[in-house]
Amino acid sequence: MTPELEILAIAVVTAVAAALPGVFLVLRRMAMVSDAISHAILPGIVVAFFLTRDLSSPLLLLAAAATGVLTVALIEALARSRQVPEDAAIGIVFPALFSIGVILISRAASDVHLDTDAVLLGELAFAPFHRFTPGGVDLGPAALWSMGAILLLNATLVVVAWKELKLATVDGALAALLGFQPAVVHYVLMTMVSVTAVGAFDAVGSILVVALIIAPPATAYLVAERLGPMIGLAIAAAAAAATAGWAAALALDVSIAGAIAGAAGAIFAVVFLVAPERGLIAQARRRRGQRLDLAVRMLLVHLLHHQDTPAAAEECREAGLHRHLGWREPWTRKVVARAEGRSLVERHDRLVRTTDEGRRLADAAVVGFAG
Amino acid sequence: MDGNRTPALEVEDLTVAYSDQPVLWDVDLTVPVGDKMAVVGPNGAGKSTLVKAALGLVPAVAGEVRVFGRPFVRGRGEIAYVPQRAGLEWDFPTDVLDVVTMGTYGGLGWFRRPGKAERERARAALDEVAMSEFERRPIAQLSGGQQQRVLLARALVQSAPILMLDEPFQGVDAPTERAIVAVLDRLSGEGRTVIVVHHDLQTVPEYFDSVLLLNVRAIDAGPVDEVFTEDNLRLTFGGRVGVLAQLAATVDRAR
Repeated sequence: MTPELEILAIAVVTAVAAALPGVFLVLRRMAMVSDAISHAILPGIVVAFFLTRDLSSPLLLLAAAATGVLTVALIEALARSRQVPEDAAIGIVFPALFSIGVILISRAASDVHLDTDAVLLGELAFAPFHRFTPGGVDLGPAALWSMGAILLLNATLVVVAWKELKLATVDGALAALLGFQPAVVHYVLMTMVSVTAVGAFDAVGSILVVALIIAPPATAYLVAERLGPMIGLAIAAAAAAATAGWAAALALDVSIAGAIAGAAGAIFAVVFLVAPERGLIAQARRRRGQRLDLAVRMLLVHLLHHQDTPAAAEECREAGLHRHLGWREPWTRKVVARAEGRSLVERHDRLVRTTDEGRRLADAAVVGFAG
Repeated sequence: MDGNRTPALEVEDLTVAYSDQPVLWDVDLTVPVGDKMAVVGPNGAGKSTLVKAALGLVPAVAGEVRVFGRPFVRGRGEIAYVPQRAGLEWDFPTDVLDVVTMGTYGGLGWFRRPGKAERERARAALDEVAMSEFERRPIAQLSGGQQQRVLLARALVQSAPILMLDEPFQGVDAPTERAIVAVLDRLSGEGRTVIVVHHDLQTVPEYFDSVLLLNVRAIDAGPVDEVFTEDNLRLTFGGRVGVLAQLAATVDRAR
């Protein structure tokens, strides 16, 4: 593999691994917890790094996971005190831990490879330089192996604990009552997020990993009506963001991690606009359709009221309808065209008349309003 | 019925407090097997809290709950619970059949997935609440009454000897209310015990055999025609005596 393709592979594996716990964070309305965890694990990483002097040590993973779980426990304890709301508790706990990490780095690690930029933004472009070489055999970039292992772990947990994750998310009380421990499920999920965040740290940094955890699942949530398809779509959105961001970064010579996070956001924005049911455009079209349907009914009621009366020549004249209804002319033409298209009205001698079908609808509409 | 039979549910000295404010104060309650009991009281009386504390869903500072004579432990399938509709995450991407099937998870234990048998039981429960045609419907698209039927069906598949329902008639349409009443009648006819947090005093004598009047303390509990009296209602609800007197008179006439 070329270094470029190795970077792409790392990016896709990282994005997909992050999307899996992200689905459940989004569904549990806990998206911001990923932000807290991804920052708060920093002191854990730094302390473990000081002890091992090795950025690829598995101890880093354990320390970070423990710090992540500690973060969640601290946030929950603070929220449970009822002295601060939960969002404020998140805002207090994670900057406190993150700042400890930043201070530790600036104080003691200025001479080693662990600088603040790398922590914040990641160094995906350098990832191919760290090789996984057991017994001297080069098996590819170390990051690909570590993220691959995390992806496998996350996928295994989601498949094995599918029913438990679902139940604890839909109804924690029922989960508790049936003897499943929703608190255990919760902390397993938080551990997944922590481990994923520390693994992704190397690749995309602590800020952009949040984009990978949240944006693809949030995109999938706009479209999917079942959990399985939602996870599938989240994986697809994650892989697409990683690929598009990687390609854009190569073409424009910009930060790969930044381009990937930007692509994840752009994919969300597009789906937010064009999603078939919940998208902005679909909603606007539905509202417009409803407005047009109402206008057709008003037109029918107006016609029914005046046709076959002496005033019909004026009230039902096609060119005068807009004045009688108080509508603008183009809108009136559109309404008449819609009504004619559905065979609710006919045009004769510059007059508009309801058909039998239109008459029935007008009668029903009036009864509906009266009732 | 044998008067010495072990009660379905016994609550003893149950006290629940948020910080130092008691919301339930030393509540005692005995519910015989097969009873159909309403829990009524004003807003803030602790009705929902009583049910949740009995199930261990909110912590009690004191007290004991026994089910069929044994201390209550979750996960034994003895009590099915229908929460208030807001208790469920209705925006979750899944369908009606899946949510009702969740009622069978208790019998499956950890990690085993529901299969055909579980889904068949869920379908039977959906049929009983007249929701069969909605089994593939995403739960986000249900009306309030349909949501309540789904929750009831999910409790039915648990086949528990005791059912606790929290405000099942709140904001539902008349057909749904009738459907729920029919199911509760069927259950109590089979000797199952039904406990319902209820807000409509008018229907208490019609729907229930017995009643618990609750206002932080248990004011009184027992058969409707003994306990559902004007004096007791005044003790429970305080001020609004006019309406209550009228209601009690209606109940008296009905006897």
